Amino acid sequence: MQRTQLSLAVLAAVAAFTLAGCGEEKKPAPVVAAPPAAPAPVVVKLGHVGPLTGGIAHLGKDNENGARLAVDEANAKGLKLGGKSVKLELLTEDDQADPKVGTTVAQKLVDAKVAGVVGHLNSGVTIPASSIYKQAGIPMISGSATNPQLTEQGFNNVFRVVGRDDQQGPAIASYLQSEVKPKTVAVIDDATAYGEGLANEVEKTLKAAGVKVLPREKGSDKTADFKAILTKIKGKKPDAVFYGGMDATGGPLLKQGRELGIKAVFAFGDGACTDKMKELAGDAAEGLLCSQAGLPVQAANKQFLDAYKAKFKIDPILYAPFTYDAANLLIEAMKKADSADPAKYLPELAKSSYDGASGHIEFDAKGDRKDAEMTIFTMKGGKIEPIAIIKGGKTTKFEDFIKAAAPAAPAAPAAEAPKAAAEPAKPAEPAKK
Amino acid sequence: MDIFLQQIINGLTLGSVYAIVALGYTMVYGIIQLINFAHGELVMLGAMVAFSVIGALAGTSLPPVLIVLAGVLAAVPACMLVGFAMERIAYRPLRNAPRLAPLITAIGISIILQHVALLVWSRSPLAFPQIIPLVRYYIGGAIITGVQIAIILTSVLMMAALTLLVYRTKLGIAMRATSQNPQVAGLMGIDINRVISFTFIVGAGLAAVAGVMVGTYYGIAHYSMGSLLGMKAFSAAVLGGIGNLAGAMLGGILLGIVEALGAGYIGDLTNNVFGSNYQDVFAFIVLIAVLVFRPSGLLGERVGDRA
Amino acid sequence: MNIFANPRAKWVGFTLIAIALAGLPFALASAGTAWVRIANLAILFVFLSLGLNIVVGFAGLLDLGYIAFYAVGAYVYALLASPHFNLHLPFWVILPIGALVACLFGVLLGAPTLKLRGDYLAIVTLGFGEIVRIFLNNLSQPVNITNGPQGISRIDPFSFGSFSFSQSETILGVDVSGPIKYYYMLLALLLLAIVVNLRLQHSRIGRAWEAIREDEIAARAMGIDTTRIKLLAFAMGASFGGIAGGMFSAIQGFISPESFVLVESIMVLSMVVLGGMGNVWGVVLGAVLLSFVPELLRYTVEPLQKSLFGRSIIEPEVIRMLLFGLALVLMMLYRPAGLLPSAVRKRELSKPEDGAE
Repeated sequence: MQRTQLSLAVLAAVAAFTLAGCGEEKKPAPVVAAPPAAPAPVVVKLGHVGPLTGGIAHLGKDNENGARLAVDEANAKGLKLGGKSVKLELLTEDDQADPKVGTTVAQKLVDAKVAGVVGHLNSGVTIPASSIYKQAGIPMISGSATNPQLTEQGFNNVFRVVGRDDQQGPAIASYLQSEVKPKTVAVIDDATAYGEGLANEVEKTLKAAGVKVLPREKGSDKTADFKAILTKIKGKKPDAVFYGGMDATGGPLLKQGRELGIKAVFAFGDGACTDKMKELAGDAAEGLLCSQAGLPVQAANKQFLDAYKAKFKIDPILYAPFTYDAANLLIEAMKKADSADPAKYLPELAKSSYDGASGHIEFDAKGDRKDAEMTIFTMKGGKIEPIAIIKGGKTTKFEDFIKAAAPAAPAAPAAEAPKAAAEPAKPAEPAKK
Repeated sequence: MDIFLQQIINGLTLGSVYAIVALGYTMVYGIIQLINFAHGELVMLGAMVAFSVIGALAGTSLPPVLIVLAGVLAAVPACMLVGFAMERIAYRPLRNAPRLAPLITAIGISIILQHVALLVWSRSPLAFPQIIPLVRYYIGGAIITGVQIAIILTSVLMMAALTLLVYRTKLGIAMRATSQNPQVAGLMGIDINRVISFTFIVGAGLAAVAGVMVGTYYGIAHYSMGSLLGMKAFSAAVLGGIGNLAGAMLGGILLGIVEALGAGYIGDLTNNVFGSNYQDVFAFIVLIAVLVFRPSGLLGERVGDRA
Repeated sequence: MNIFANPRAKWVGFTLIAIALAGLPFALASAGTAWVRIANLAILFVFLSLGLNIVVGFAGLLDLGYIAFYAVGAYVYALLASPHFNLHLPFWVILPIGALVACLFGVLLGAPTLKLRGDYLAIVTLGFGEIVRIFLNNLSQPVNITNGPQGISRIDPFSFGSFSFSQSETILGVDVSGPIKYYYMLLALLLLAIVVNLRLQHSRIGRAWEAIREDEIAARAMGIDTTRIKLLAFAMGASFGGIAGGMFSAIQGFISPESFVLVESIMVLSMVVLGGMGNVWGVVLGAVLLSFVPELLRYTVEPLQKSLFGRSIIEPEVIRMLLFGLALVLMMLYRPAGLLPSAVRKRELSKPEDGAE
């Protein structure tokens, strides 16, 4: 027993010293980057965090790609802050979609003295991590955390470029209500913070409009079999079904719903507003409605789409335009403040007025996106097509929106506009037969 | 009534999948009293291999049934190989170790298999090509699809084949002898190691078939899909009495039906205080209730003194 | 078991440990405050492993749903010290309440499962863990108790009057960050827990647990009230989980049911088994190793790949998990009774086994 104790003590001591040693080794690193031996660029670190392992790892990677694209573009263009040329470096971390890991890697980024953070992906991870960035005074912008609580904490360093659940929910709900005119709607969610949050907002809006909402049904973010729930719903004959959850569960849900012969309109939030729905649900996906927080990828910025595809050889999946914008917002604010010091550029960030891949971005006092546009999509010919834009409670048909925006919009959206406007017209004809 | 019938059909299909996976758990347990916690990952591997094969053949003019069959033919040997290797590397050296040791290696193997699959097949959920046309049959207002019928039939067939194997062949006798008493079986000239290897291989084959079923039925495969399915199937095996073949089948189907009916009716019965959100709770409560009143499962006969 | 045989070696050992433990956070902080956070989470896991060790290691009852007690403790703390119900009780009041509530849940789990053995017990406890998580996830309706999947945020940190554990401040000229303060708090509680565990192991109760683990029927024949003693194991183990949960709540400031999934239970069990079931020091070692190794890998794997191949071929996260899995397998193959086996296990293993245990 004493041997054990002794060896434990030695082990602990060794561990402590090795770690201390590590620390010393690591410390010189930032110093090495700084000396003006040549016009060696000053390195400014930005962080990106999202789940790179686990069930939604593909979305985490998509987010990371968006941020990386922005950083690489800025580096290619060359960036000068305070008279010195600056090289941006993106540090990426995996939060495993786990709040506990999220706070650890947040602290790791703080230790690495990042100037700003893009992330995290999940609201449930972003909220605890945000308080660590807050203590360090580091600005963070999430491109995908939609839970209202995030910006209700009163932190001045926390921003998001994506619409809140309580903006997106009402948008899709009011569209559903005005276009489909359902008498009864079934609402299902995946029992996650995201899915439930969005579903609650949809239910609230529908009830306020006098629509009958069936008692909530729930799956989970791993559920593959929704047949029991759908069968129960079928018995109540709703005119529309709303699902708050991701595409990986939304696709099978839709497929099984059609297999069971449910004729209702299926509507989804942004988590399931992807082309993947067609792959997962097959022909059943045709005609679904879904919403995205922000302007549609197709409409807003073709430059981004092309650059993304050229760089990563795949199409962006979901939130990449938002994380791309988030990284760009940080960079733009640094440029304006002429400094990468968080304390100096944070005020500029809060005052941002920026045209990004997901449309025009300004922040309100809480750090939420001002007047976030919401886009309603439908699935036509295997692709999701934007059909309407909702802004400040007003619904505009997508074609009208493009027409109105085209003369005034900057080069990129304008170039895309005729194409996007023309496209919905084409598949509309075969749909008639 | 048609809704009730529909729920039964839903439950039967889901239960058939559970049953086939549960058979794998129960066979291994029956022989060496080991819970192979990595069994769920074999189901995942089966689905993944089948995904690759079906994806490659989906563009050709072969009939869909043949393509799925090709998927099965590729998945089964692949999983058998992994199952065999798993037993040799991780379980055989631990046969006399403390009980929890093989449980931990199983967890280790699970993690390894999942992440190897992640490297090979990417981390995105894979959408199975939708090649099988949707065929609906109507039974008293309820709908049953062609795929569902295929799943239920396959699982009944597998069960029958397995029963024949265990009770009508020489190898089956060797398996039962080994499960009764390995030492004596060895003395009788039975090569215990071969029998145990064989058991793992058969279990892995079943898992592969289940993987293909799940993949084609739900149209989705993912590197982490095995753990939840494995957990449910393990519950099913225990519910029926682990180590008992018929028990696994019964447990699987019961669990499937309980889940379907639970999700379908508890909400209405409790005035929506409890709803489908408690679906998994019903399954576990039924399981716990059965175990409290029949501590070795519905059909389990051996109430041995196993710590 | 001659702990007191050579007092001098013992004191040298204790002093070394004390110095190492006291200096550790500052050594860690020089490598990054993230490491102090990791150390704090490691201490929480040691706490959990000690608790689970009472159930699995001492009494031999396999529990796969242990994380449920952690969850109960975390929610008790969160509900009594957050704006959710607008209650802000001090932590020294809440932690004992958390332990007590978790204790009740332990009895709740223990009572119906007393008859079950081995693998059946494993599945029931697994189910219990899931049931607790699902309830936490759904008790936002009809009455909002747990706030469902949205979780509870802005949970109060530990504080004594104006001394808050979440703030950085300078004490006696030394910069002490929030995580470092927590470290000392956690360490103190942990040392207490270790002492309790060591005393328990050699008490009358500890011997009764051991007797039940080895042969329940024989134990009953010897006049041990097995029902009461088994329930006691569940209750004691659970209360450790409850305290750890409360501390987790306070450190994180935000909890939601997704922190209490099955994988966490399995992780804690791995710690216990890896270290050596039934041996308090082994369990401590197992928990520390399994908490730190994945993090060390996170820091080392990517630089290594970059220096070898010039770019990262396989993502470090994947390698980390692969190595982790491999370590679990290899450990069991070469030291199946754990890194520091308990004396009883050692004796068992040296005897030739005959068939089933």
